[in-house]
Amino acid sequence: MDIALTRHWVQAIAEAMDEHKDRLTQLDAAIGDADHGANMHRGFSAAATALETFQPESVGQLLTKVGTTLISSIGGASGPLYGSAFRAAGKALTAPEPDAAQFLVALRAGLAAIQAMGAAVPGDKTIVDAYAPALDAFAEELDSGGDLAHAAARAAKAADDGAHATIPLQARKGRASYLGPRSIGHQDPGATSTALIFEALAKVVTP
Amino acid sequence: MKKFLNTPESVLSDALAGMAAAHLDLHVDQDAGVIRRAEQTRIGKVALVSGGGSGHEPLHGGFVGTGMLDAACPGEVFTSPVPDQMLAAAKAVDGGNGVVFVVKNYTGDVLNFRMAAELAADEGIEVQTVLVDDDVAVQDSTWTAGRRGTGATVFVEKIAGALAEQGADLAAVAAIGRQVNEASRSFAVALTACTTPANGKPGFDLPDDEIEIGVGIHGEPGRHRQKLAPAREIVASTMDAILAESALADAGQVIVMVNGLGGTPLIELYVVFNEVAALLAAKGVTVARSLVGNYVTSLDMAGASITVCRADAELLSLWDAPVNTPALRWGL
Repeated sequence: MDIALTRHWVQAIAEAMDEHKDRLTQLDAAIGDADHGANMHRGFSAAATALETFQPESVGQLLTKVGTTLISSIGGASGPLYGSAFRAAGKALTAPEPDAAQFLVALRAGLAAIQAMGAAVPGDKTIVDAYAPALDAFAEELDSGGDLAHAAARAAKAADDGAHATIPLQARKGRASYLGPRSIGHQDPGATSTALIFEALAKVVTP
Repeated sequence: MKKFLNTPESVLSDALAGMAAAHLDLHVDQDAGVIRRAEQTRIGKVALVSGGGSGHEPLHGGFVGTGMLDAACPGEVFTSPVPDQMLAAAKAVDGGNGVVFVVKNYTGDVLNFRMAAELAADEGIEVQTVLVDDDVAVQDSTWTAGRRGTGATVFVEKIAGALAEQGADLAAVAAIGRQVNEASRSFAVALTACTTPANGKPGFDLPDDEIEIGVGIHGEPGRHRQKLAPAREIVASTMDAILAESALADAGQVIVMVNGLGGTPLIELYVVFNEVAALLAAKGVTVARSLVGNYVTSLDMAGASITVCRADAELLSLWDAPVNTPALRWGL
């Protein structure tokens, strides 16, 4: 993973949030407050813009900058959660251009930050339900000798499956938890945006 | 969608510009996302800062002024503000004796205010947070994000703001805020869903003859829905929910707010208040003070919330203390 590729990743996330903002908002309207699409679009557009004039010395610096920008621009719960995840991922990277295994360590630090802040565990119908299986798939692929592109592709698939698997769950964190059993039957918007982030990663690292 | 908008995207900045033009004793900093008193905080006075998503007006900007908040941070519609805003507000209004953050218990507000408190501490500003969680429609359990913060926010901001104005220290101002929250419980019923400018259509579908019980203030659906019923029946079940979770002593005194959610006329709010007053009288509880009107709204949602706060002589005296804000003004 190098700086140019990481820039492309953030750009690809921004494009995905633009393309899917109405869908994310509709998912959020069902069990939340109908703003997730607009918020994610605003945040990643701001991050992409911030990177235009930012000349980092490492992938870690770049990801940290993305996180800081997300915290300052998204608001809601998503701002601190995604912002802290990118910041933690950035700070976990010491190598200027990490290999796939080092990048996995960074992604794990991101998930740990989200769980530390939101106290969510798998099954709570949150971001974690897409993020955690994505990392498991990423790690499995690396263990069996796969490269970054294959690992990212499997992670994207696992994140998407994880997001779909939130449909029958009852929300136990965040605003959807107020609905109790009525949150069942709807896909979690946060897990869905996480799946988009992994899909964007797979897209940019696939040669 | 039929709304007074120039564009859906500009609703917040246009409304903030309007607040600045209408209320000359407020200073609206659009870049920082902060509404504060135009006058600098008196040296030594504890400052109160609140904030949250927009769409709940007059909460919070309408409660900035003498005797209440020092600053408010408006987020996007129904989206909590970002930490930069609360940090800027804390720095702008700190009088040297610390800042109280009044935070409604929603995950987004809690996380953003928590980050802001850490940033403020880094800059040498002492912050205490008062978390408001008065909505009994949500069970406070480990399986939810906890009770939501709704109508009691007005009581907390008014009473803690009055104590701060009298020169109390940070710990005392935060303590009375928490005391008011503990003494307050709320419940809301929606007759219609609300429409955010960005979404352009109602947040949930509600048939003409049904109402949504236990809604929050962000257009999210409630606990369940039922057929429309006479006001007396709706208020009775609402008050049952409130009284089941608040220890209202016989012959005690309460402050009651019947709050419109944005799309309900005042005449209906008085119909509701009449039922609330009758129920409390039957239980031997005295309504010592009351508010009837739109204070914590949910855009154009039709509906009402009821908040009951047990009040002793000290709380009532602070409630009666002078206040001069766009939305509450008395005792001057």
